[in-house]
Amino acid sequence: MSKLKLDSLLLPLVGIAFCVLLWWSIAGKSITKQTKDDWGDVVTVTKRVGLSADLPTPGETWKASRDYIVKPFAKRGELDQGILAFTWLSLKLVAQGYLIALLIGTPLGFCLGLSKTFTKVCDPIIQILRPVSPLAWLPLGMVLFLSAKINIPGVGIYTASELAALFTIAICSMWPTVMNTAVGVRAIPQDYLNVARVLKLSKTKTLFKVLVPATLPYMFTGFRLSLGIAWLVIVAAEMLTGKPGVGGFLWQQYNALSYAHIILCILTIGVVGYVLDRLMSVVEARFKTI
Amino acid sequence: MAFLEAQNVSKGYGPAWNRSEVLRDINLTIEEGEFVAIIGYSGAGKTTLMSLLAGLITPDTGTVKLEGREIKEPGPDRGIVFQNYSLLPWLTVYENVALAVDHIFPQWTAEQRRKHAEKYIRMVNLEPAMQKVPSELSGGMRQRVSVARTLSLEPHILLLDEPLSALDALTRATLQDEISRIWQETRKTVVLITNDPDEALLLADRVIPLSAGPGATLLDSIAVPLERPRDRRALLECREFKRLRNEVVDRLLESKRKPTTAITRKLVLPDIQPEDISITTSRFVFGAKRKPKRPHEVQPVKVEVEV
Ligand SMILES: Nc1ncnc2c1ncn2[C@@H]1O[C@H](COP(=O)(O)OP(=O)(O)OP(=O)(O)O)[C@@H](O)[C@H]1O
Ligand SMILES: [Mg+2]
Repeated sequence: MSKLKLDSLLLPLVGIAFCVLLWWSIAGKSITKQTKDDWGDVVTVTKRVGLSADLPTPGETWKASRDYIVKPFAKRGELDQGILAFTWLSLKLVAQGYLIALLIGTPLGFCLGLSKTFTKVCDPIIQILRPVSPLAWLPLGMVLFLSAKINIPGVGIYTASELAALFTIAICSMWPTVMNTAVGVRAIPQDYLNVARVLKLSKTKTLFKVLVPATLPYMFTGFRLSLGIAWLVIVAAEMLTGKPGVGGFLWQQYNALSYAHIILCILTIGVVGYVLDRLMSVVEARFKTI
Repeated sequence: MAFLEAQNVSKGYGPAWNRSEVLRDINLTIEEGEFVAIIGYSGAGKTTLMSLLAGLITPDTGTVKLEGREIKEPGPDRGIVFQNYSLLPWLTVYENVALAVDHIFPQWTAEQRRKHAEKYIRMVNLEPAMQKVPSELSGGMRQRVSVARTLSLEPHILLLDEPLSALDALTRATLQDEISRIWQETRKTVVLITNDPDEALLLADRVIPLSAGPGATLLDSIAVPLERPRDRRALLECREFKRLRNEVVDRLLESKRKPTTAITRKLVLPDIQPEDISITTSRFVFGAKRKPKRPHEVQPVKVEVEV
């Protein structure tokens, strides 16, 4: 038992340590030299050397990011906030887009699972839309909502760029939900449907008493995968729209040449994505017991 | 007019060019209040026949009528207990039964419906497991839930598809008595499918053997004139029971033999003369001493072959 614990704790640490070492070895190091210039004055020259000279080392990254991590909710300006403040902004946007994806994707999946005709009509469209990158959807979203400005009382005002971002997140993250729901509906055992038929349940009752519960495990697998994609898309969406958030911060810091913050953002995105996935797995596992 | 009537029903599966006929020439009449057992081989088409009676599938030819009306779709007036229980795994025992009750008796008050559902759960002795989900139940318990759910619909006819086949012999006997008791109380029309001749004879008024497939059909029915209530121990001594039992089994065996007797296979052996099959116990023996044996010298060896 204790060996198992050690393994599951120690071995990942070994992996992480190895990665940090690799990072450190290719990162550039500052070397300060004192030389005499052409006039004979002594000047100190700092030069970066290394395989990837401009890549900050782990230590430099930590030093540059400390402010953002130890004061995670600080707000110094629209594009200069603590890392969790940015994460929160990103999560809010993702949640909205994800919600739209589920609201559209789940019924769509049900229709696909229930009707062969509908599947034949929609399948080519879905197969074509599915592989399109978020970077391609976003400009289209901008065009679509160019002059739109929606004011939802109590929620907020949505500008064109926000709507475009939501559109991109929704349309990119929808597909796993659609596909898994459709597969789940098709996989419902005939026995369950026979019960509904013998009892002569109405269409709506069959849907909510038999079809939906029977499909739930599949649906939640779809939901989990969709959430992963939604989080993946956020960076692209924020980058292109310039909205504040982890992705927007990343892009802005890249333009500002503070490369350490890029790494901070990447790690944050990774960790948050991992946490979201774990959370969804827990929910999913609860429905898997059926 | 018969209560349940099937006329010239046939059913097959698969596309037209590769159709496997499962049932053919099914003619069946069952009177109201009768307890009929259909007995047949596994894979003969018993479940298919049951699905036809329930209206879950439609026959290729012929008609099935219940109370004079043709059966075109399933309905709660034909309570079917599925062979594989068909419980909804996300609902508890109580909820599985309540789903049926609530749907069939919407005019009742919530209290009445709850009492009704509980009554049938109690009838199959599952009160302690009421709040469990099917995955927490044994196979036999699931089957009992399925029976309770079907009985709670108060159907005109009960279609039981091997309701006890997954149970151990002891539980089986208890539930057989239970079914017998319920039938005597309610006098519902019951069609029981089984693969156990004893069970059929213990419970039914009439036993109908289903011939072996493919293309199975119902054979002549065998009336069971045994006194009720029937006691299983007394029956084992009863000569009439033994005779009936043999008759059922013989009919089934005969229906199975028929197609195979058509093929007569002869084992053809190669015509090779044995050369020397003596076993030398001493040293190696070479060339000259190795004399071929003539056929008349070969000792016949008796070999027992299990067929
Ligand atoms: N949906 C189906 N599609 C194709 N073939 C089927 C289908 N259902 C049953 N069959 C075939 O019909 C035949 C009879 O099946 P059925 O389930 O009625 O047998 P059964 O008598 O109930 O057997 P058991 O005693 O094992 O339950 C089998 O050969 C089976 O392969
Ligand atoms: Mg069967």
